Amino acid sequence: MNQHHGMTLIVKNTTRLVSGFIAVFGVYVALTGHLSPGGGFAGGVILASAGILVVLAFGREFSQRLVTETQYHLYDSSAMAAMIILALLGYLAGGFFVNFMNATSPQSVGESVGRLNSGGTIPLFNLAILVKVAGGLAGVFLALAAFRAGGRSQGADAPSVALPGGAGEKED
Amino acid sequence: MGMELFILMLIAFMLAASLIAIETRDLLSSVIAMGAVGFALSVIDLLAGAPDLAITQVVVEVVSLILLVRVVTAREETQPVPSDALRTAVTLLAGGIFLAVAFFAFGGAGGGATVPPFGQPVLTSANPGVSADYLARTAEQTGASNVVMAIVLDYRAYDTLGEATVIFVSILGAYAILRRVGRRKEARA
Repeated sequence: MNQHHGMTLIVKNTTRLVSGFIAVFGVYVALTGHLSPGGGFAGGVILASAGILVVLAFGREFSQRLVTETQYHLYDSSAMAAMIILALLGYLAGGFFVNFMNATSPQSVGESVGRLNSGGTIPLFNLAILVKVAGGLAGVFLALAAFRAGGRSQGADAPSVALPGGAGEKED
Repeated sequence: MGMELFILMLIAFMLAASLIAIETRDLLSSVIAMGAVGFALSVIDLLAGAPDLAITQVVVEVVSLILLVRVVTAREETQPVPSDALRTAVTLLAGGIFLAVAFFAFGGAGGGATVPPFGQPVLTSANPGVSADYLARTAEQTGASNVVMAIVLDYRAYDTLGEATVIFVSILGAYAILRRVGRRKEARA
């Protein structure tokens, strides 16, 4: 398995065809989480698996040109902050985590049950969890891939880099 | 009853696969047996009427299997754990405690409180019946038609916040271990 140039042409072409659909399906599962089975966590993992597929097929340098680990971490953190801000906005209706846009409250923006913009803050939380989980998982996978490749290329001049805990210094 | 039998067969499969995962010497076989356990669990979720859980279980299992296979194929070092008397004693003790707890939980001593029968969880059979209340009032109170999401993100959103915090902290920890800045500094020194 060549780390730097990815896998074979067949895998690359299949990834080129499929990864976009996987990402769209992840977003769909998260956005309709309040209507059908699914939700932000499952959708986030599906979206992250699209990124993981790109890392596996094209190698880490190509995927770092698309999105770097730092950017993934930024998505992760900002979605966490958005979740807490959304929970704090519940004080508009009386308390932490109160669904201030649901069917019975005066700020309600929802249509009838079963439409996409029903459910008040539930779809917004799903969206935040989608970005959070996708950013976190894909970023950690990219960091793992980058770590392994880094250890291999530095192998000549820095044979065994000591890390506390002994995590992963024996690639070569 | 037929479905219960199928679930029991799946549980037997999961037990066999987890024994293989523990006992095999080859790390890759162990990881794949772990994956088999997870996929069987997702089928059980689907049969028991929990499609939300089944979707999440399948997806997480796929991603974790990819990660573990990648990690395992990168390094081949297996150290078989030598079995000694203490280890065997602890295993037997844990098995005995489990059997005793299961005996009392299923009413073996003729006591009152037991595990409710399959298909009748506590929340439906207990006196206030909060489960029926969720089913009846979710649509008018939250406007969501998926009751599971309404419970997870509205009625018990604190739980979800805690879960999200756990994921966030574990990912922060992974970044801290895997960061490249510290590695470069140590390599130069």
